[in-house]
Amino acid sequence: MDQYTLNLIVVGASFVLYVAIAIWARAGSTAEFYAANQGVHPVLNGMATAADWMSAASFISMAGLVAFAGYVNSSYLMGWTGGYVLLALLLAPYLRKFGKFTVPQFIGDRFYSQGARLVAVLCLIIISVTYVIGQMTGAGVAFSRFLEVDVSTGLFIASAVVFVYAVLGGMKGITYTQVAQYCVLIVAYTIPAVFISLQLTGNPVPPLGLFSTHTESGQPLLATLDQIVTDLGFTDYTGLHSSMLNMVLFTISLMVGTAGLPHVIIRFFTVPKVADARWSAGWALVFIALLYLTAPAVGAMARLNIMTTLYPNGATEEPIEYEARPDWMRTWEQTGLLRFDDRNGDGRIQLYNDANPAFAQEAEARGWAGSELTINNDILVLANPEIAQLPGWVIALIAAGGLAAALSTAAGLLLAISSAVSHDLIKSYINPRISERGELLAARISMAGAIVVATYLGLNPPGFAAQVVALAFGLAAATLFPVLMMGIFSKRINSAGAITGMLVGLVATLLYIFTYLGWFFVPGTNMLPNTADNWLFGISPLSFGTIGALLNFGVAYIVSSVTAEPPQEVQELVESIRVPRGAGAATHH
Amino acid sequence: MADKSSSTAYWAANKRIIFISLVIWALCSIGFGIVLRPLLSGIPIGGTDLGFWFAQQGSILVFIALIFNYARFMNKLDAEYGVDEQ
Repeated sequence: MDQYTLNLIVVGASFVLYVAIAIWARAGSTAEFYAANQGVHPVLNGMATAADWMSAASFISMAGLVAFAGYVNSSYLMGWTGGYVLLALLLAPYLRKFGKFTVPQFIGDRFYSQGARLVAVLCLIIISVTYVIGQMTGAGVAFSRFLEVDVSTGLFIASAVVFVYAVLGGMKGITYTQVAQYCVLIVAYTIPAVFISLQLTGNPVPPLGLFSTHTESGQPLLATLDQIVTDLGFTDYTGLHSSMLNMVLFTISLMVGTAGLPHVIIRFFTVPKVADARWSAGWALVFIALLYLTAPAVGAMARLNIMTTLYPNGATEEPIEYEARPDWMRTWEQTGLLRFDDRNGDGRIQLYNDANPAFAQEAEARGWAGSELTINNDILVLANPEIAQLPGWVIALIAAGGLAAALSTAAGLLLAISSAVSHDLIKSYINPRISERGELLAARISMAGAIVVATYLGLNPPGFAAQVVALAFGLAAATLFPVLMMGIFSKRINSAGAITGMLVGLVATLLYIFTYLGWFFVPGTNMLPNTADNWLFGISPLSFGTIGALLNFGVAYIVSSVTAEPPQEVQELVESIRVPRGAGAATHH
Repeated sequence: MADKSSSTAYWAANKRIIFISLVIWALCSIGFGIVLRPLLSGIPIGGTDLGFWFAQQGSILVFIALIFNYARFMNKLDAEYGVDEQ
């Protein structure tokens, strides 16, 4: 059986499973649609949260980011997991006790202001729409690679599948589908990693393999890697090669941003009890950690594999000839994501750091005329089974896993968008007397609308995938997280404080990002070049969310202390969400 | 909720464990993983130092432990103060 048929069978079977689950768990009421009737066990909810959270970025890109930058990109590992501690300790139990369906609803009620609710809806939609574009594009690319169709067709297939199970199933369908998707993606991620770890270190557990001895050289794996990359003019893998302040701020920005992402927060509305919301965050992190502990091992091992494949006799000897390259390089050359350009015409593949002036002399002495191999970060995980020469079904499984990661996150985001539109805009603003059936229909229509917008933007990508992710995290950190936290931990913060805090966080973060990345990301409209010399105090636009959050906290505190304190019933609301007793099912009002 | 004083004590106990947990949270990630890494450079582990391990694995394991510890502590505290769900 050829690889193409195998891909069709494995990916097709996984989709039949997701759609079957969605039909079986079809939502009948708004409570089921928005919050799965609060009937989801904490372990299952944790698994669904993990699938919801781990997007195409976690599954496909993260190991590559760590592999090519080394230690500095540990920020992604700490940031995207550390946020769950903030979520579990500072937000989840209280928002579950509050017992409503959406994040803007809490902000509107706690700050007794429709204005605050509207600002929150605005932030939520900007965050979620920018995020969903990346998922649709990722799914489109994965489809096109493995089903051998063009990218647009891949994107249409992805939209159709998401449409069926997200629109029909609502939260109930999504939750159970995500449990299945988690299983598919973690198995797909782990199997190739285990084999590669065995091949390189003899240790079947990749996170342990990372710190074990490299069988071939007899040295620790990381020392071997440091040696070979520095021999070729790259910075060493385990060292710090950026500003420490920036690394700290970037990590905090990702942590706080994670805790402020609406599609993650709404997961905690679906558990039966406040106590379960606490456990649920822990289980979510356990399931996330299974992938996040494997990712740095995958990154380091793949980088070492590539280096030793190219330089089988060490970096001081000549690299392999182009004609003798392994099969996986041939396969990936066809996608254009891996490119060879024989600059010095010797028929060998020289890969080294040609941007390092200190290494230029040695390169020249060896007759090298520039690095000849370009490898896209994103192919690392997808090519892993081929690099380790694993059988065809593992390659098909990786395709299914990547799609599961992208589609589960897209579904969660679409749910957050549709509930904000139908519940926070239509029901509370435009037509408060809307029936439950009408609201459910509005939710489904807005979800379908969001899919159309995301598909359109996926087909015509504005070319800023990495930047929009920065925007989503920066905004979540600078707007939603601070007001949610202050709403619970301070009785004194009032509506004026919360609204100005959110707006200042929003505007400051947007301005800072646009200054360096262009107004609305239109290339060429940036006012300052995006380099470390121009950044304010060396803070990159990616790291600015931390500053935005601090501004939000500060402004909200100052404005609240010079204006009237919140009304008595709001202070009683805060008292009541601080204790678990009396948490019933979520209600409309 | 029995009375005002017990509710204040419950909230104070909650804030205390949150504070302690967040100090450990920051120490094991931002601290050992980044800022204090040079201090740990003398402790070798698998070809690198302890700070690298904290940045790529240790911090994540500590995060999991912190959340489960908090959940266990708070569910017990709820029962002690009679504010658990029935």
